Amino acid sequence: MTTPVPRLELLHVTKRYPTIVANDDVSLSVLPGEIHAVLGENGAGKSTLMKVIYGAVKADSGTMMLDGHEVSIANPAQARRLGIGMVFQHFSLFETLTVAENIALVLDEPFNLPALASRVKEVSEHYGLPLDPNRMVHSLSVGERQRVEIVRCLLQKPKLLILDEPTSVLTPQAVIKLFETLRQLASEGVSILYISHKLHEIQSLCDHATILRNGRVTGKAVPREETPASLARMMIGRELPVCEAPIYEGEHRPVLTVRGLSLLPTSQFGTELKDISLTVNTGEILGIAGISGNGQAELLSALSGEAATERDVIRLNGKSIGHLDAGERRAKGIVYVPEERLGRGAVPPLSLGHNALLTAHRQGMKNWGLVRYGKARIYADECVNRFDVRGADASTNARALSGGNLQKFIVGREIMLKPEVMIVAQPTWGVDVGASAVLRQALIDLSRTGVAILVVSEELEELFEIADRIAVLAQGRLSPARPRGELNAEKVGLQMAGLFDHAETTPAASMMETKHASA
Amino acid sequence: MIEHLIPILAGTLGAAVPLIFAGLGELVTERTGVINLGVEGMMLVGAIAGFAAAAETGHGAAIGLPAGALAGAATAMIFAFFALSLAANQAACGLALTIFGIGLSAFIGQHYISYSLPGLKPIAIPLLSDIPVLGPILFKQDWVVYLSFLAFAGVAWTLTKTRLGLLLKAIGESPESAHSIGYPVISIRFGAVAFGGAMAGIAGAYLSTVYTPLWVQNMSAGRGWIAVALVVFASWKPARLMLGAYLFGAVTILQFHAQGLGIMVPVQFLAALPYVATIVVLVIISRDRRVLQNNLPASLGKPFLP
Repeated sequence: MTTPVPRLELLHVTKRYPTIVANDDVSLSVLPGEIHAVLGENGAGKSTLMKVIYGAVKADSGTMMLDGHEVSIANPAQARRLGIGMVFQHFSLFETLTVAENIALVLDEPFNLPALASRVKEVSEHYGLPLDPNRMVHSLSVGERQRVEIVRCLLQKPKLLILDEPTSVLTPQAVIKLFETLRQLASEGVSILYISHKLHEIQSLCDHATILRNGRVTGKAVPREETPASLARMMIGRELPVCEAPIYEGEHRPVLTVRGLSLLPTSQFGTELKDISLTVNTGEILGIAGISGNGQAELLSALSGEAATERDVIRLNGKSIGHLDAGERRAKGIVYVPEERLGRGAVPPLSLGHNALLTAHRQGMKNWGLVRYGKARIYADECVNRFDVRGADASTNARALSGGNLQKFIVGREIMLKPEVMIVAQPTWGVDVGASAVLRQALIDLSRTGVAILVVSEELEELFEIADRIAVLAQGRLSPARPRGELNAEKVGLQMAGLFDHAETTPAASMMETKHASA
Repeated sequence: MIEHLIPILAGTLGAAVPLIFAGLGELVTERTGVINLGVEGMMLVGAIAGFAAAAETGHGAAIGLPAGALAGAATAMIFAFFALSLAANQAACGLALTIFGIGLSAFIGQHYISYSLPGLKPIAIPLLSDIPVLGPILFKQDWVVYLSFLAFAGVAWTLTKTRLGLLLKAIGESPESAHSIGYPVISIRFGAVAFGGAMAGIAGAYLSTVYTPLWVQNMSAGRGWIAVALVVFASWKPARLMLGAYLFGAVTILQFHAQGLGIMVPVQFLAALPYVATIVVLVIISRDRRVLQNNLPASLGKPFLP
């Protein structure tokens, strides 16, 4: 038996940027019909490598072979002609066009929308990705948008399909559906390059894995034969850090309560909040699961005080605070870490000292209306030391910090305010594994001092790691919060699809699909 | 009554032609996310180029319009180089282009101040022009008016029915996405800006070789600015743009008649009327912000570098 010719072979690919080497002598090979994982942390060089393959970035050196022939790909259009399809992490769709129109724009064929629409329907149903070709993209859920991206690639009959972190926006059930589709494609001979940092996904889906760290290949493995720990060691170079959540032994009493909060959306594509009630107690972390766009932004702005609500809807220790603005709520001990670090959590061109002043000015940093910069600097330096913010001090500009280090600073700055309630949105979005562990542990430790914490996150694993109780926000409604031990990913996933009442029954799975498709 | 109305309405069509061409050109440009405020300047350069070509060759508008189109497109390339290749601020580049166009056209125009051109005779379309009332209004016009109908139909059809139209809209919404799926965003925007320039040039050449067939400094008299405003208030839709252009044309002709009838209103006020009336009506039509927001090319005015 001869060894089959690899579909894709990369040999010694190197790509340098002015400050870093994004890919250093990377080689990998993918066989026809193989699902190959490229595993690595943020900044390990995965995305650059995929852009090289797709022709969006040109490598400095190295060769690329496609079906045994050396190719040099100048641009994405040429890559598509050669049979390479890519599903982007940040979708490349046009919101004001329909599904069919979006797809028409990437196909090299005569322009005939009705014919294309029926083919879209056919292909999408064949692969279990139901789509209505005439819907406007802005009305689709994130999962549906991803289907559009995938169907768009499939219509070009790709030989190699690249998926960049495809599951970060999907419910657990949608992930299962996606994996079925990908296995079906692989069985039809399509090679798949699957980029991710989620170990369990790679173990359940992929035949082989190439692991990248700091731009270099640090291992090649058959994921099913490895343990998460051994994969993690290759990926981050040490053991996977785990959080410890000791039992809270102080008094339990409700601190922040929301009763019957309804809110109209402020933006055109926003979500209406419908009758939301929740309670956050001392010494616990309440996790709000759900995919962004289901009312997360609206709920956070109502809690932080950016959006006005009725007076009695939100209470702190029994006192109405719904009418108070963000500053007044902060004065009462509610702190907020928004999702956007640059521009909302911190001002990019200002130093950390000045950024500390933004929320910590009540900590004796003013004297007769004049700012005491020295105090702000001391506060920032203390925050940098206590929360292990690397490569920075009080004079460093916020913009110069990596996502993880800036988030450590912002979270640390709020923790040092000694709040009564802390509201955090997507605490570890885009943050590497090491910094994520530090942040999660910091939140747990804070809650065990009696602080009531509310965390809104898209990452289910994160909530299962740190939250004591979990509620799900879907289509503007909030499910009742339940202790973490009573829940699993499947139950939460069903609730994410908006089915609070059917979470226990099995036929709900099929119902969820139809509801999701028509949502 | 009708016999008074017919010449007014027939004149309206001609008076609207410069706005139709300049407006359709700017509409296509803005659809791709580029706002070119140099329309007034490009019109003037087109007007003097068209006038000079017509005067030197003796072929009138038949040579004047193509010459105006070329000159307008060439002027637009100055804008494109700065605003697209170098990603400079589009508003500033467009304003500079208008100032440049006013100056350049006045400079070249010094040689042509005493010239005048023969203008164009209306062409009656057989059968159609015999229809009562509508015939003399619609089908006894010079050929550029007919060309303006074709330009509208062509632009409207291209924008709604073709892949190119879809692509222009897509680039206007998200040049980043268009780039990532492999379209040459800058080149396509160059093309749209050149088209806008050519159309503005035709509009200017129509003014100088047909509408008032002589050269007067600054003869576009703010029509370029009205064209830019029309595009926004028409919420980037060709049919609404036509409506605005005809409204402007109608009020322009009406105020001429009013002056002729000796209505006791200052001439300056009457001359300002078309501008005021057009803007007021269009503002009222487009007061629904949602419609405006829905059609606004999301990347309008934002520089893009791949």
